[in-house]
Amino acid sequence: MSESLISARGLTKKYGDFTAVDGIDFDVAKGESFGLLGPNGAGKSTTMRIIAATSRRTSGTISILGRDPEEHGPQVRAHLGVVPQQDNLDTELTVAENLYIYGRYFGLSKKFVKGKVDELLSFAQLEEKKDVKVEALSGGMKRRLTIARALVSEPDILMLDEPTTGLDPQARHILWDRLFRLKEDGVTLIITTHFMDEAEQLCDRLVVMDKGKIMAEGSPAELIKKYSTKEVLEVRFGSDRNKEVAPILHKMCDRIEELPDRILMYVEDGEKLLEEIVAKKLHPNTSLVRRSSLEDVFLRLTGRSLIE
Amino acid sequence: MRTAVEIADARAEKLGHQLYAGRARAIIERASIALRSSTWVPIATGFIEPVLYLLAFGYGMGTLIGDISTSSGAVDYTIFIAPGLLATSAMNGAIYDSTWNVFFKLNESKLYQGMLATPLGPLDVALGEIIWALIRGLSYAVAFMLITAPLGLVPSWGAIFAIPAAVLIAFGFASFGMAITSYFKTYQQMGLINVALLPMFLFSGSLYPITVYPDWLEFTIKLLPTWHGIELIRDIWFGVIDFSSLSHISYFVVMIVLGLFFTTRRLRDLFMR
Repeated sequence: MSESLISARGLTKKYGDFTAVDGIDFDVAKGESFGLLGPNGAGKSTTMRIIAATSRRTSGTISILGRDPEEHGPQVRAHLGVVPQQDNLDTELTVAENLYIYGRYFGLSKKFVKGKVDELLSFAQLEEKKDVKVEALSGGMKRRLTIARALVSEPDILMLDEPTTGLDPQARHILWDRLFRLKEDGVTLIITTHFMDEAEQLCDRLVVMDKGKIMAEGSPAELIKKYSTKEVLEVRFGSDRNKEVAPILHKMCDRIEELPDRILMYVEDGEKLLEEIVAKKLHPNTSLVRRSSLEDVFLRLTGRSLIE
Repeated sequence: MRTAVEIADARAEKLGHQLYAGRARAIIERASIALRSSTWVPIATGFIEPVLYLLAFGYGMGTLIGDISTSSGAVDYTIFIAPGLLATSAMNGAIYDSTWNVFFKLNESKLYQGMLATPLGPLDVALGEIIWALIRGLSYAVAFMLITAPLGLVPSWGAIFAIPAAVLIAFGFASFGMAITSYFKTYQQMGLINVALLPMFLFSGSLYPITVYPDWLEFTIKLLPTWHGIELIRDIWFGVIDFSSLSHISYFVVMIVLGLFFTTRRLRDLFMR
């Protein structure tokens, strides 16, 4: 691994009796796309705020480009572009004005920022909307504008807190495409998400968080290999019969998960297992053989599905 | 061309760099851009209110009252209330931006959260917003002066110093107003500001001398910023600057410092926990 941009050891954040982040360690390398994956309340956003120098840790250490955010908050923030979970665009201003004034908050010259605005409008595919107030934008457009805004200071690290939550599939894909481009340009990305497909698409490496702790760490492929099987067979017998057949299925496969609506069976060869099940005259209503995903990893690690 | 990082690094040696990046002007620039596209109706009404009081009380009621005796002799009632209303103009302007507008930015648009994700500090935000609010207070005061002068309500050239005094008053109200607002969470609490302001204006000597009150009430009124503001402008208006004028000035200096301190602290606690 090349030099690490961010390094955390025993990072802990408590709000009164509640421990939001519980002694986590991680490193992020330059140019890497690093994901924090976990359900709501896992401590992802809190971790992001500590990195972004807008929240104070309770204990542990963290260094961002060699600096402690508590001692050097403004300097650390000068390196970062922040895309918060909820858009906080300036609703009194137009699209272009939003970009312009954000650059001014960093102290950048008017001339530089004006040039940057045009570049970012094009990046966010918002040229035609530049004189429109942000209220009139769609959710996807607002998100793209928020990302463009975070880039106005040419940050080394872009922090994205659930970048596509609440967007429709098409808007998500446009956004992913934009993020890919940034990654290609060498921007370090830090992304929180509770979408598995997003983590698989965007992250080189990720940590799975639950209840403030890191449960596992690795690339999406490594995590799947380590914590899951090659394939997953999903069978549905209807909610009444699922319970009835589960004990039989247990005997046919090392690991199964009973979810309220379906049963997941972890195997190397899904088709083969399905044939065996059918041979036993246990006809499922529906069946699906698929590759293992990070969702399965999460289920394995926490015993819960990710989006509850 | 300096980068964002170079700009922040250059500031890092300075005292208080965590709280203040020396860029309150960026907040003022934002406000001036927002003003271009905002509606002018609330801005106009804030200014018109004291003018309406001047017309109704000065030229209406005033004809029944005639002269009023003050420490500097008998003066026409309309002239008596003019400085009080100028002070009120400055307060109105300052309060408008520093309370309801700040409340919206804090709780609805989450604007400060976005600002504080940049190298800006809470004091940049507080100072920028407060200075913007006081600019409005100042412009109301200037406009009021421009209306009253041709009407013969400004007794001397010395009264021009009412303008810098209005800046001080507006600064105090804006600073304190933003501090209080930053602690408020609901619209009901915000409503209290309006409930408090009207009686503070009516009973603080803007329309008649507070010597008409019993001692305890007079004493209570003298604790209020509205009374200090009205008295300060009136002292300047009639050219009677003395020790009490100084006490009014000190009152506002304290108000400014306290307001800035608590606003900065509150913003830090809210967004940089």
